[in-house]
Amino acid sequence: MKSIPVSTTINGDACEFLCAPDETLLDALRNRLGLTGAKEGCGTGDCGACSVTLNGRLVCSCLVLGVEAEGAEITTIEGMADGDELHPLQRHFIDHAALQCGVCTPGILVAAKALLEKNPEPSDEEVRYWLAGNLCRCTGYDKIIRAVQAAAAEMRGA
Amino acid sequence: MRYLAATTAREAAEALAAEAGVTRVLAGGTDVLVQMKAGLVEPDLVVDIKKIPGIATITPEAGGFRIGAAVANAVLGEHEGVRALWPGVVEGANLIGSTQVQGRCTMAGNLCNASPAGDAAPGLVAANAVARIAGPEGERDCPVADIPAGPGKTTLKKGEVITSILLPARPARASDAYLRFIPRTEMDIAVASAAVSLELDADGTVKAARVVLGAVAPTVVVAEDAGRTLVGTKLDEATLAKMAKACEAVCKPIDDKRGTVAFRTKTAGTLAKRAALIAYARAGGAK
Amino acid sequence: MSLDEYRKREFKQVGQRVRRPDGVDKVTGRAMYGADATAPGMLVGRILRSPHAHARIRGIDTSAAEALKGVKAVLTGADLPAQEDDFIRDVQDNCMARDKALYDGHAVAAVAAVDAATARAALKLIKVDYEVLPHVTDVDVAIKPGAPVVQKGRSLENVPAGMSENVTSHCEFGHGDPAAGFARADHVVERHFRTAATHQGYIEPHAALASVTSDGKAELWCCTQGQFFVRTLCAAIMGMEASQLRVTASEIGGGFGGKTTVFIEPVALALSRKAGRPVKIVMTRDEVFRATGPTVHTSTDVKIGMTKDGRITAAEAHLRYSGGAFPCGTVDMGAQAAFAAYDLEHVRTYGWNVLTNRPKEAAYRAPGAPQSIYAVESVVDELCQHFGLDPIDVRLKNAARKGTKSSYGPTFPDIGLIATLEAAKKHPHYSAPLQPGQGRGISCGFWFNFGGNSCVSLNINTDGTVGVTEGNPDIGGSRASISLMAAEELGIEYDRVRTIVADTSSLGYNDVTDGSRVTFAVGLATIKAAREAVRVMCGRAAKIWGIDAEAVEWKDGAAVPAGPNAGKFPPMSLAEIAAVSFETGGPIAGHHEVNVDGAGVSFGVHIVDVEVDKETGQTTVLRYTVFQDAGKAVHPSYVEGQMQGGAVQGIGWALNEEYIYGADGRLQNPGFLDYRVPVASDLPMIDTVILEIPNPGHPYGVRGVGETGIVPPLAAISNAVSRSAGIRLSELPMSPPRVLKALGG
Repeated sequence: MKSIPVSTTINGDACEFLCAPDETLLDALRNRLGLTGAKEGCGTGDCGACSVTLNGRLVCSCLVLGVEAEGAEITTIEGMADGDELHPLQRHFIDHAALQCGVCTPGILVAAKALLEKNPEPSDEEVRYWLAGNLCRCTGYDKIIRAVQAAAAEMRGA
Repeated sequence: MRYLAATTAREAAEALAAEAGVTRVLAGGTDVLVQMKAGLVEPDLVVDIKKIPGIATITPEAGGFRIGAAVANAVLGEHEGVRALWPGVVEGANLIGSTQVQGRCTMAGNLCNASPAGDAAPGLVAANAVARIAGPEGERDCPVADIPAGPGKTTLKKGEVITSILLPARPARASDAYLRFIPRTEMDIAVASAAVSLELDADGTVKAARVVLGAVAPTVVVAEDAGRTLVGTKLDEATLAKMAKACEAVCKPIDDKRGTVAFRTKTAGTLAKRAALIAYARAGGAK
Repeated sequence: MSLDEYRKREFKQVGQRVRRPDGVDKVTGRAMYGADATAPGMLVGRILRSPHAHARIRGIDTSAAEALKGVKAVLTGADLPAQEDDFIRDVQDNCMARDKALYDGHAVAAVAAVDAATARAALKLIKVDYEVLPHVTDVDVAIKPGAPVVQKGRSLENVPAGMSENVTSHCEFGHGDPAAGFARADHVVERHFRTAATHQGYIEPHAALASVTSDGKAELWCCTQGQFFVRTLCAAIMGMEASQLRVTASEIGGGFGGKTTVFIEPVALALSRKAGRPVKIVMTRDEVFRATGPTVHTSTDVKIGMTKDGRITAAEAHLRYSGGAFPCGTVDMGAQAAFAAYDLEHVRTYGWNVLTNRPKEAAYRAPGAPQSIYAVESVVDELCQHFGLDPIDVRLKNAARKGTKSSYGPTFPDIGLIATLEAAKKHPHYSAPLQPGQGRGISCGFWFNFGGNSCVSLNINTDGTVGVTEGNPDIGGSRASISLMAAEELGIEYDRVRTIVADTSSLGYNDVTDGSRVTFAVGLATIKAAREAVRVMCGRAAKIWGIDAEAVEWKDGAAVPAGPNAGKFPPMSLAEIAAVSFETGGPIAGHHEVNVDGAGVSFGVHIVDVEVDKETGQTTVLRYTVFQDAGKAVHPSYVEGQMQGGAVQGIGWALNEEYIYGADGRLQNPGFLDYRVPVASDLPMIDTVILEIPNPGHPYGVRGVGETGIVPPLAAISNAVSRSAGIRLSELPMSPPRVLKALGG
């Protein structure tokens, strides 16, 4: 299977990689680019741990082929903080104990950020439905909802 | 596996027709990649149709809308016009998968995946939507209802690709609704589902009705008798009960890990009742 | 450990909601989990699994796979040594089948290749000659004489004659004369219950990276709840000395008991040894469901007698648990836990473990207890309904308390059940009005909590900061809790302490992160290690001051003269003593190594409101409150997190989660699509009330909090469904088709 060169933009930086035609974007990010923040929890789009944005849309990177990244703009958890400065969601997740094992956390943060960009003042129910595709087995979601709302409130005030 | 990002529908159709091995069309990929991961399919050729000009746009046409085959359902859900005209179609499409999956999945893909439980299909069939198909021998139009042939099977011929779906115009005082039953609130495949499309008279009497059930037979089922039951009524309780029985009568479901024959049959009727009431209210019928 | 260990005190650090030390790594994607590690020249390992529930392996032809370009090693059970010890042999046979495939998904061969595509292709070239055998996956079928026998010769001597050879062990607990007690009851209820096997459902699949070198040394990086136990198992399977195998625990993406043993780790090591290169194996989700440890599935009979004023006169339970294809002791814990919440004169529990063609059970949060307590709490609720009594009042009337001889033997010291029940009773949730069609249920829960082997090394750095080295993977914020306890004992601020989890070459043996033991037992070792460091620091101050070490005491983070006779010296802080440590005798550290006893049992009470859709059988959880005795909540947010997480796992178990086997013995739902863990939109907020009834066996009163929370939801929701829909289900999960059927639909 012949590899295909892909030119793309990841977290604002131009980036080129080679990947097999049947390789997922998740595998390309993790194994070719060293961006291991996105996790494979299921490989079938059921858990959301591999969430990234592709041209501004929240997607599961396990359900995107690496070759589809050609010419696209991708953001991952690694691009969420501004250098040393954590994004308010990241800060509130720590402060509200919204993570335990943390393996779902990158996907949830990427998804929550996409939500707040679309809807800066979501109801709890809207947060819950938006994040329904991000499984968390540790927290029971309670503290995640609170952290997202706290970050949303701070971002609205800013 | 080879990957081709086709730039015209013709190129896609010809490449698919010319490939002797296993082919798959890639729109959102939310079914194809899952099947590849599970080893259920090992394509020799994948044709990505998203680079075909116009295939990811929604265009008004003859009072309705033409939905490109690569329009992600999240994009569809953001389209005020389609939502206003065919809210039941949009809510079915928007129930597929998670927010993440919505960012990729398409109605045409849902149709071509041909799962009896696909959430987009009942609404499209209830809407009498028409698929436009590109093939090696040119274009043709086909009612959406005639696309699924059985679980995982369609009536599309080798080399054929759906390029768009036309949601037709509809009169005033008409609307639709879709409901499915799943054990959780999200992230499940429908155990049973129902789409209802209604047209009302000025006084709120049902003039035309189409009831379509999902996940209760090898393909979506048009419950003709159920639809007829509603015509001439204002959805009184007796009518709804009769309609639910008519729905149950056309169910031929299976027992599996997601539900039993009895559960699917009963629930299809329940959902049709509830969907009918929602469609009725949306169409301006007062209860 | 003496039970007078606890002393009441004012806390300065403990009880603060501080930021966890691993927080920034985890919110930026930098934290390294099992699958995130790489090594130079690394190969990809993959495992071939049996498609049959039960089959004799007549032969495996690996020649074509070995001949494939890019394949560097192929492994079968024949490559692993024969094991004398039953326990080790079972673990090894579960990692790689030897003569028989015992369940759908059982590993039968493995390959290491240059990339994933080659490894996948190689698996297809391995030809396994199976003789398919009759199988059995249901506990009630497997227990009957004449059922297909999963493994011969595994029954212990105490198994009564006349049962299937699948019955491997029997246990019995209790006291008094139940028959006499039932005779005194005004009403006796006896019911039969079944619970499905569930899976821990951690989001991170198992992953291991092994590197064995030709000089016999090995490195293993893996996600595990216990790197030391992994070393023990892998060293035995590989025939290695412990010193030659260094195991490093990665950050762990959830475990809940499921990562307390090995599945792929010995396979990765054996492949690496054979290939002469590092090998990484990462399970797919499908493999996680088919071939790691779900819970037991169970069949239970519970009989309880009660007087009309709500006093339980006698109680009895018969428990039949299946832990899959290997002997399993979980039924003993279920039998011991069943009636732990009650002060009973006449009580007896009987348990049997039964082999079935299912994966080998692994621990899951309070293993064995949710199933038996579900049955007991359902029957207690039915009796409350029968007599029209308040369910909390009845439990208060019968509650175990200090001095109660427990149903499993020990006499309870100070325990928190009554305080927890009283807190639940006076909480606004319990008296809040319900709408028509809604129902409220309650249930008690219990877990023993464990102590166990723990080593802590605490180093005083010369700049006045402190490093704590412990050996238990941090699964719920334990590094923060351990730092808090070290800071408390040393009298310094939390952010001056950093706790790390050591590999197996850096510290003595530590038991697995399980049994809710870490904050309790490792915390205790940390406190003792800090006290040892304090003793050294007092000695250094004494040396500087020229007085006896006994004349120096530690107060508010500084050495001070112990009273006026010791002399007049200004306090020397930890930082001041540390700064001059090289001149006063060298680096300062404290250690503590101990097998901790004195774990305090933890009780919980849950209140839940539900509404059942009577047309579809769907149950919606409307409101949920958890009450639990933590002893002392070291980090209250993380205690709440354990209570909430446990409750939601229990909700999933009650409503939708289950292993579904087809008639062919194959698992039908090995993925998150059809193994339905709760999603965010399924749930309300989970309110929590932490009670603190100090554990006499811990210096700060700490009890474990991790496990109790999964126990009550099963019965609490069943009881609520009964009051919402007027039907009492006796099988979990209460999935919509089951509920609708019970409703007559």
